[in-house]
Amino acid sequence: MHDSSVAVHGETHNPALLHHFATEEQQRDASSLGMWIFLGTEVMFFGGLFCAYLIYRLKYFGDFGAASKSIDATLGATNTAVLICSSLTVVLAIWAAQTARRALLISMLVLTMLFGLAFLGIKGVEYNQKFEEHHVPGASFSFDHVPIPGHPDQYANPRHAEIFFALYFIMTGLHALHMIVGLGIFTWLLVMAWKGRFTPEYHTPLEIGGLYWHFVDIIWIYLFPLLYLIDRHP
Amino acid sequence: MSMATTTVQPVERENYLNKHYGVGSWLFTTDHKRIALLYLISITFFFFIGGFFALLIRLELLTPAGDLVQADTYNKLFTMHGQVMIFFFLIPSIPAVLGNFLVPMMVGAKDLAFPRINLLSWYLYIIAGIMMLHCMLTGGVDTGWTFYTPFSTAFSNTKVIEAGLAIFVSGFSSILTGLNFVVTIHRMRAPGMTWSRLPLFIWAHYATSIIQILGTPVIAITLVLVVAERALHLGIFDPKLGGDPLLFQHLFWFYSHPAVYIMILPSMGVVTEIIACFSRKRIFGYTFVALSSIAIAVFGFLVWAHHMFVAGISVYAALVFSLLSYAVAVPSAVKVFNWTATLYKGSIHYDAPMLYAFGFLGLFTMGGLTGLFLSALGVDVHVHDTYFVIAHFHYIMVGGALMGYLGGMHFWWPKISGKLYPEGWARLAALIVFIGFNLTFFPQFILGYLGMPRRYYQYPPEFQVLNVLSTAGATVLAVGYLLPMIYFLWSMRYGKPAPDNPWNAAGLEWKTSSPPPTFNFDEEPVVTWEAYNYDELDAQTNKEEVPVAR
Repeated sequence: MHDSSVAVHGETHNPALLHHFATEEQQRDASSLGMWIFLGTEVMFFGGLFCAYLIYRLKYFGDFGAASKSIDATLGATNTAVLICSSLTVVLAIWAAQTARRALLISMLVLTMLFGLAFLGIKGVEYNQKFEEHHVPGASFSFDHVPIPGHPDQYANPRHAEIFFALYFIMTGLHALHMIVGLGIFTWLLVMAWKGRFTPEYHTPLEIGGLYWHFVDIIWIYLFPLLYLIDRHP
Repeated sequence: MSMATTTVQPVERENYLNKHYGVGSWLFTTDHKRIALLYLISITFFFFIGGFFALLIRLELLTPAGDLVQADTYNKLFTMHGQVMIFFFLIPSIPAVLGNFLVPMMVGAKDLAFPRINLLSWYLYIIAGIMMLHCMLTGGVDTGWTFYTPFSTAFSNTKVIEAGLAIFVSGFSSILTGLNFVVTIHRMRAPGMTWSRLPLFIWAHYATSIIQILGTPVIAITLVLVVAERALHLGIFDPKLGGDPLLFQHLFWFYSHPAVYIMILPSMGVVTEIIACFSRKRIFGYTFVALSSIAIAVFGFLVWAHHMFVAGISVYAALVFSLLSYAVAVPSAVKVFNWTATLYKGSIHYDAPMLYAFGFLGLFTMGGLTGLFLSALGVDVHVHDTYFVIAHFHYIMVGGALMGYLGGMHFWWPKISGKLYPEGWARLAALIVFIGFNLTFFPQFILGYLGMPRRYYQYPPEFQVLNVLSTAGATVLAVGYLLPMIYFLWSMRYGKPAPDNPWNAAGLEWKTSSPPPTFNFDEEPVVTWEAYNYDELDAQTNKEEVPVAR
């Protein structure tokens, strides 16, 4: 099929236009709609977890508060800032492609990936803390004698706190997995940008890669308050 | 229009089947028609595996005593029958085979919007299939296809993790197919192919795709939680550790009830095409049939807890879910009435596809009406987890979905293979399937009503007569399923070459050659007519006196 694709469209053929699309506009619309729908499936994917979180947060209100308070909110806040900066650099990268600034485009893509790596590094530090505190669910889990916020005479139930940490690790773990996939996508975008494939007319991969990156950011924007901030009042 | 009347040329012209040869040209193809055939082969393979489990189940139930297999083995048999038939046959059946083949052609496109993602979805299916086969060969799984916790996460000694991951992977295959269809239907329609001119097959697939896109991710994350809980001994669903097993059931059925509509909606689309063609009439109430597909998809998401009436949900929740379950019957009934109204004063032809469509009409109506019994709170308590439920959903999934699939395979076989199947044998097979099906499953309604529970390998002797009838019916049914496979394969070599439009049917897929060229149409089609313009088609045919192969 690859050999025949050129013949169909004749001389004005853009190499990025696939054989089954009539126009570049149709191809761009299809790609972008495809990514939006994919993000819809991602919302439902994380939605199941958010639903489980909601149920147990209501059921084990105080235990979740105590467990949440044991996480280092400073690291979480730093990561939030890092991700918001990375979203800005993604937008700037697209702008650079639209205005044909190749050097800026490449540096913005590199910067985005550095922010992404920084996020994962900080996440690793946080996981390590939890590991050392025996807050990783499993045989060595312990959460004894931790008072419930607002009720200094009551201790959190370790079983219920363990559910919080199970959700914490699954939710942030899946989010981190999405970040790693995002880094893979951006490596590919960087190679394409390096080869000068993106023009003001054609930069669809940047746009849909950017959509994905923003989506992963937004998931974090919801995870951060739910996991880190639910019981921080003095 | 003139293309529709082209006769068969003596020299075989270039088409998607003969353009390239060799294994590589199939395994690395991005042609939606070839991928449809890859799916056809794969799902047929899994259909016979699932059928093999069904056969063993029916053999065990031939006698009241547990003699052929023991309880542990029986648990595995019905579990793997369900998992294979649902996730590896019914969910991909019509969308991935007929949908893949027809959606681009029906909207007048050269291919699906994302051909490489389409191929990826087949590979995901194959990876999932291999995982499932490996799971079955190394011990299987015994949780029931529903994976209910905490049995699946804390007590079962079988390969729950492997089966869960296999179904997780197969889910992404299903999501990608749905995504591809939605984008194709939105963005790839030929000039003049407006939404109101789309075949109702397309509307049905659009509704199906919405469920695949929005429902499947939820079962995926639920299975992730089950696997994590079992592997790491977490307590998310285990009441002993503070978890909530009802949460699992809610999440599971949030997908698995709409999944029934993934199976039945495409079949409704197929039946709509067949009934219009073989009644030679415009479909009655096009807009209502189209929108009822969407309505079924939407309502389908709001009824899941009717699987949990006896599981301990609140009475008020149960009342609401009962009411909403009744509501789903409305768009389904709209379809049945509109099909019947299409038949009225039509010029009806009793070819094999139409026989399957008639079978669908009757069996789906039976399945639907017994569904109303089950959405009634009081009756459901009585027949919950009995053979009444088994009979009900087999009337929908086998009597409905599978009849539609077979009808569609016969209807489009000349287009897919370029050969005509033997009509006499096909009518006989349709009849055998219908009789065998009713003989298998009607006795199960009575068994369930009398109180025989599902998932037991032995039963009191007074149930034996009805069980023997059911097993006998399953044997007849097996003959009915083997026949089409044999004569379809036979026709590929010995069948008469098919004309481009053997049924003189409306629809863009009939305006290209049989089998179609790789890019579907020699020139881009421009649509200037309404859907199902059978009156115009027949008027033209009578004028030109073109012989119709029938």
